[in-house]
Order: sequence, then C-alpha cells, then structure tokens
Amino acid sequence: MNRSELITRGLVLGAALSAIALPLAFWWRVPLVHARMAEAGGWNPAVMRATVGEPLHLRLTSDDVVHGFAVGHLDTPAVDVLPGKVSEVTLVFDEPGTYTYYCTRWCGLNHWRMRGTIEVQGDQPATVAINPPLYVSLGIDLDADRGAQALPAAKPVADAAEAALEAAPDRYRSVEYYRSHSPASVWQDLRAEAAFQDLDDQEVWGLTARLWRSNASPAVLAEGRELFAQNCAACHGEQGAGDGVFADNLAASTSQAAEHSPDQAASMIQKPASLADSSRMLAASPALLHGKILRGGMGTGMPSWGPLLTDSQVWSLVAHLYSFQFEYR
Amino acid sequence: MKGIEFTANPSFKAFLKARLPQLAVFILMLGGYLFTIMAGLLGNPVGSTNFAIVFVWIAWWAVLILAAVPLFGRGWCAVCPIPLPGEWLQRGAVLGPASPRPTRRLLRWPRALRNIWLQTGAFLLLALFSTALLTTPLVTAIILAALLLAAITLSMVFERRSFCRYLCPVGGFIGLYSQAAPIELRIKDKAVCAACVGKPCYNGSASGYGCPWDVFPGGMTRNTHCGLCMECLRTCPHENIAIRGRAFGADLSQPSARLDEAFKSFVMLGAAMVYAAVLLGPWGTLKDAAYRIGTSGWFLYVMLVLALLGAVLPGLFALVLGPRGNARQFRQHFARMSGALIPLGLTAWIAFSLSFVLNNASYIAASLSDPLGLGWDWLGAAHLSWQPVMTGILAPTQTLALVAGVIWSGSIAKTSAAEARVSSVPVVLYCALMALIMLWLLL
Repeated sequence: MNRSELITRGLVLGAALSAIALPLAFWWRVPLVHARMAEAGGWNPAVMRATVGEPLHLRLTSDDVVHGFAVGHLDTPAVDVLPGKVSEVTLVFDEPGTYTYYCTRWCGLNHWRMRGTIEVQGDQPATVAINPPLYVSLGIDLDADRGAQALPAAKPVADAAEAALEAAPDRYRSVEYYRSHSPASVWQDLRAEAAFQDLDDQEVWGLTARLWRSNASPAVLAEGRELFAQNCAACHGEQGAGDGVFADNLAASTSQAAEHSPDQAASMIQKPASLADSSRMLAASPALLHGKILRGGMGTGMPSWGPLLTDSQVWSLVAHLYSFQFEYR
Repeated sequence: MKGIEFTANPSFKAFLKARLPQLAVFILMLGGYLFTIMAGLLGNPVGSTNFAIVFVWIAWWAVLILAAVPLFGRGWCAVCPIPLPGEWLQRGAVLGPASPRPTRRLLRWPRALRNIWLQTGAFLLLALFSTALLTTPLVTAIILAALLLAAITLSMVFERRSFCRYLCPVGGFIGLYSQAAPIELRIKDKAVCAACVGKPCYNGSASGYGCPWDVFPGGMTRNTHCGLCMECLRTCPHENIAIRGRAFGADLSQPSARLDEAFKSFVMLGAAMVYAAVLLGPWGTLKDAAYRIGTSGWFLYVMLVLALLGAVLPGLFALVLGPRGNARQFRQHFARMSGALIPLGLTAWIAFSLSFVLNNASYIAASLSDPLGLGWDWLGAAHLSWQPVMTGILAPTQTLALVAGVIWSGSIAKTSAAEARVSSVPVVLYCALMALIMLWLLL
C-alpha cells in the first residue's frame, strides 16, 4: 500500500470516527433532564441527588410538548421547559430531605403524574414533621359522603352581615373554629343563637359567609385564586363547576377503562368534583378540604398536593374554594 | 444539438479528474452523514429542532429537489456518501488504483431485478411511513443507518454500485428526473469507443475504476443511470468523454419504453399529490390516518395511496391513450407516452417542496446553532422561533411551475405522439388535469 493511500485511509477513518465520537462525547458530558408527557414516561431522570447548600444546576428540555419545572416547598420560581429547547435552573436547598419536583404546565390528561424527587443530603439528618394534618387530628373521614341539610336560597353575600358579625360570640371568630367546622354546621349553630333570631335564613347564611371572609385576607384569596388557576382549573373548571378542559377526557378515560375492568370502575379516575355544588361544599369544613388537597383523591384522579404546596398555600387554596359558595364583596 | 462542453476547459477537466478535491468532498459528506445519524440518535426527539430532521428533510431536500436534480440531474449522486464505505471496501482502496485482481468474486445483480421496480418499492415504503420518518429523529437516524448498511452489504455481495442502481429509494426518481436536467455526460465520438481496446471506462484501468454504475458510456443515450462519478473521464485513454450543457429535457425526446420507469412517473406524480394533501392540506382525518401508523385508519390510507399511485393514475392514463395493437404494443406505447409526465412530475415536486421548504426554513438556523440539542448557541440563532420565509411568493411561483410543467410535458407529448402517429391532446389534457389537482391541493 502506498503512502497516499495510507494517509487517505487515516483521514477517512479519522473523519468517520470523529463524526461518531464527538457527538457521543458532548452528549455524555452535557446531561439533560428530559420532560415527557406522563404517558411517555414523565421526567427522566425521575430521581436526582443534591447536597444542602450546594447549588444544583439543571438543564431541562422537553421531548414533546410544553412543560414547566418547579420544586415543591421551594421558593425558586417555576421555569418553562420547551420542546427542543434547553432551560436552565439553579436550585439551592437549605434543608435535607426528599423534595418533589413536578410539571407546572397542563401537558396532558396525566399531567399531575409528572413528578420526580430530589434527595437532598446534609450534615443533619432530615427532620420529619411530627404534626399530623388537621383532618387527622380531628378524625375526619375524607371519603365519607356528605351533604348539607340546609342550603341558602341564593349565593350568600359576605358584606350583607357586617353589623351582625359584631354580635356573634367570640368563639365563631377563631381560626380553629373556622377550620374545624363546615359552613352548614356553622349556619346551624348561628341559626340557634338567640342573638340572631331576628335574621332570616338567608341573612344567617350571609353572616356565615362574613365569618368565612374574616378568615381570608385579600392577599390570601389572591394567592388561593392564583394557585387554583395554576393547579386545579384544568380539571375542576375556572369557576369550580367540574368542567375544566380535561374533565371530558377524564370521564371518557374512565368509561373506556371501565369497559375493560368493570369491577374496578368505581376506583378509577372519575369526573372532577364540582366545587360549585353547594350541598357538597357547604357540608365540608376547611380541615376536610385541606386534607383532600394534601392527600389527594386516592384513585379518583385527584392528585396529592402535600409534597408540592406548603401548608400556608393549601389554606389559601381552601379559602378560595369557598368563594364559589360565598360572594366576598 | 450539442451544447457547451464544460470539459473543453483543460483546467476544469483536470479539476474533475483529480481525486483529491472529490475525496475532500466525500470525507466531508460522509462525516456529515454520520454526524446526522448521531444527531438523530442522541439529539432532542422534537423533530422541528433536531438537526437530523431539519437538515435532511428541509435543507437537503430543498437543495436536492429545487436545485440539484433540475439543474444537475444526478449531481447529488456524485457526492452522495451512502455508497462510499461499501465501494471502498469493495475496491480494497480509497484513493489507490484499482486492484488488478479483485479480493473476492462478486455476483452480478440478478437479471430479473435489473430495473427500478425495487427502487420504486423502496420509495413507496418510505413514503407510506413518511409521517414518522419526517418528524421522528430516531426513525430518520435508523433509516439513514440502514441505507448505509444496505449499501455496504450489497457492495460486498454484488458488483459495482448495485445499491445505487437498483435499490436506493432516492436514486430511482433522481434518475428519472435527471433526464430533464440541462447537463449530460456523453462520449464525443462513437467510432472512438467502438475501436477502443479493453473498454477501460467500463472495465477500469490504472487510471481509475470501471463504471461503478454498470454503464458503458459508449452506449449511453440518457442520464438515467449515470452517477457523474467522473471515473470514465479519468479512465478514457482517448479523452472521448465530455460533460456538456444542453437544453432542458433533452433525453425526453427519445422516451424509454420501460414499464418500470413509466410506473415510476405515476408513483412520483401521485406521491407529490399525496404529500401535498397530507402535509399541507386541511383534512384532519387524512392527517390522522397517515400519522397513526399501524391503526386501521392508516392501513386504509395505505390501500388508498397504493390504489391511487399504482392503479388510478396509470389506469386513467391508459384510458386516455385508448387501445393500441396487442398487449405488448400497448405496453410500449403506454411507457413511451408516459415519458411526458416526467417534466410535470418534477415541477409538481418543486411546487410542493417550495411550500414545505419555505414554511420550515426558519428551523435551519436554530438547528445549526444547537445541532445536538444540548443548549448550545453557536450562531446565536438557537432561540429563533419558527416563522415562514417568503411565503408571499408561493402561490405565483407554484402556479408558474405547474403551468410550465404542463407546457413542457405538452411539448414532450407532442413529440412522442408524432412518433407514435397519435394525437397528443389526450395526454396534454391528462397533464392539465393533474396540474389542476396539484394546484388545488397547494393553493
């Protein structure tokens, strides 16, 4: 073999190997977090590791549709994860523990399944919250059927009972009382109060609404409204009527699955609950709603929000849910 | 009529004969091809941002159908990297002279398959899966790798470039439409070839390899199977090979009587319509059927497409032609007259590709900036959003292209009809109908 042939073969082989090896090397050295719709696998990787105080720099990309990335119980703002583009975010953890990251964009029917975890190691062992949620302390059965026996004739207006509020005994105005009682039971109690015998039923509902509003500042309601729009409206609907953009798809998915497994149909994804249903909502205490949001619907398709939202955010969300029943003017 | 002879310029001819410039292009193309496969395998699976999809199906396709084929015929084949590794392995050399004794005995391509039916089948196979191929980088990468492996395998078993000549899904239509190109490689003097001892242009010599495309240049009258590889230019001891400019469509005045090439015309014309309907049309049900590969809707789509391309279009053409002699005579008449569809087919593909390319060209800069989807921004264009480019010229250009196609096809039909002593009007009307359908689909 002559020299020029040898050199040529070297050149060809070098070019071919470079064309294969260089992309492989770059790909290996620049790891990406891939987001896919839950049906296609969700996040990859689904488990990451970090150390307290050390920045965790992530490069995220979507393999299909627009997703968002946020970490529960962390203040870092959510970032959009766009198809074919790379977004970057740097996370710093102050506490060790297991954090849940999740998709913040309504990417599909199983959007809420797009979750992963970040195991954060630190010098101190992870502390575990020992305070059980309020619904546990109160022994509330989240799944029991409920319905208010008395209902208002029209949507109660909170401002209508400003003067009466002053006459209500102090116990009605404590946060503990608010959180542990349903509006219907409070209405029953108020209705029995001698001080309010002059009020008609609707006015007592107005007083109940006023009590509820006194536990929700405008800032809390604004936060709750925003959280609802971001996380709940796609299923429950903008006005809470259970008619969000995914509601029909969820119902169709349930009936389709039920055809294959009739025995398990009852425990499958169901049509989202209507939060505008007075009978259901007026019979629900804030502690009950708080518990449902924290825990989720256990097989109904309602996800568990405990790992994502702080306690304060959940209470804000609960406060907003009652605005579907009460007019907070 | 003999056009301008480019190889009359000694410097240009020497450039074409030199191996190093061609080798440099080959290395670049092969490197790019392998990189494209890697980008398809490793890059972002979102088609619109993946280098493999954007570069192959937008940039390469634009260059191929809008410039390379209409102007240079098989110009792409001259630089295509797919057959190179197999050919180098077959020869046992990259740059060196042809080995006087081949390292292994290679088979001749089976006689029954010495036609373009397999190429038409391969094209149809890719076309029917094109919704996945055009949008899924992994599929594109696998197909590109499969083509490379197929070319290598065939080179190890069969003589010369059997893959290019008989199997390449792209080579079939490039060959068909290369007859319309204003460039040709031909001999200068038949008598010189007849007297030439050893026929080194076909059999090879110390100066170069025998025609990789299994063509004897001395008998070549059409561009169809000439890959413009320049080997005959190197090997001809009599300097009897010329590359000339010529009138568009010069080969079509002597149409082929081959049925495989005739059907290729219908398949290509029909495929342009199907692509226009599926990729550019407003019919959601059709798109769904084409995209949901493996479903009953897709199988129905496949049956309809095959029926349209293989039966409806040629059947209608046969009806338009009317009866002629016995079956053999009719087949020959059918094949010769169908040559008139070649210009229209080419312009239909140009019209379709203009829509496709101008609407998607903006993806090219972004994918060049970040070819592996790793968040790079080499050209500062990675975050450019999609926007159509110069789509204002689409409707007039497409209309012009199709009208030109009908006129061009009409003139070919007139020549062929005169030779066959029949009227050209039915064929011209058929072409006009096809152009109108295409125009309706595009506009």
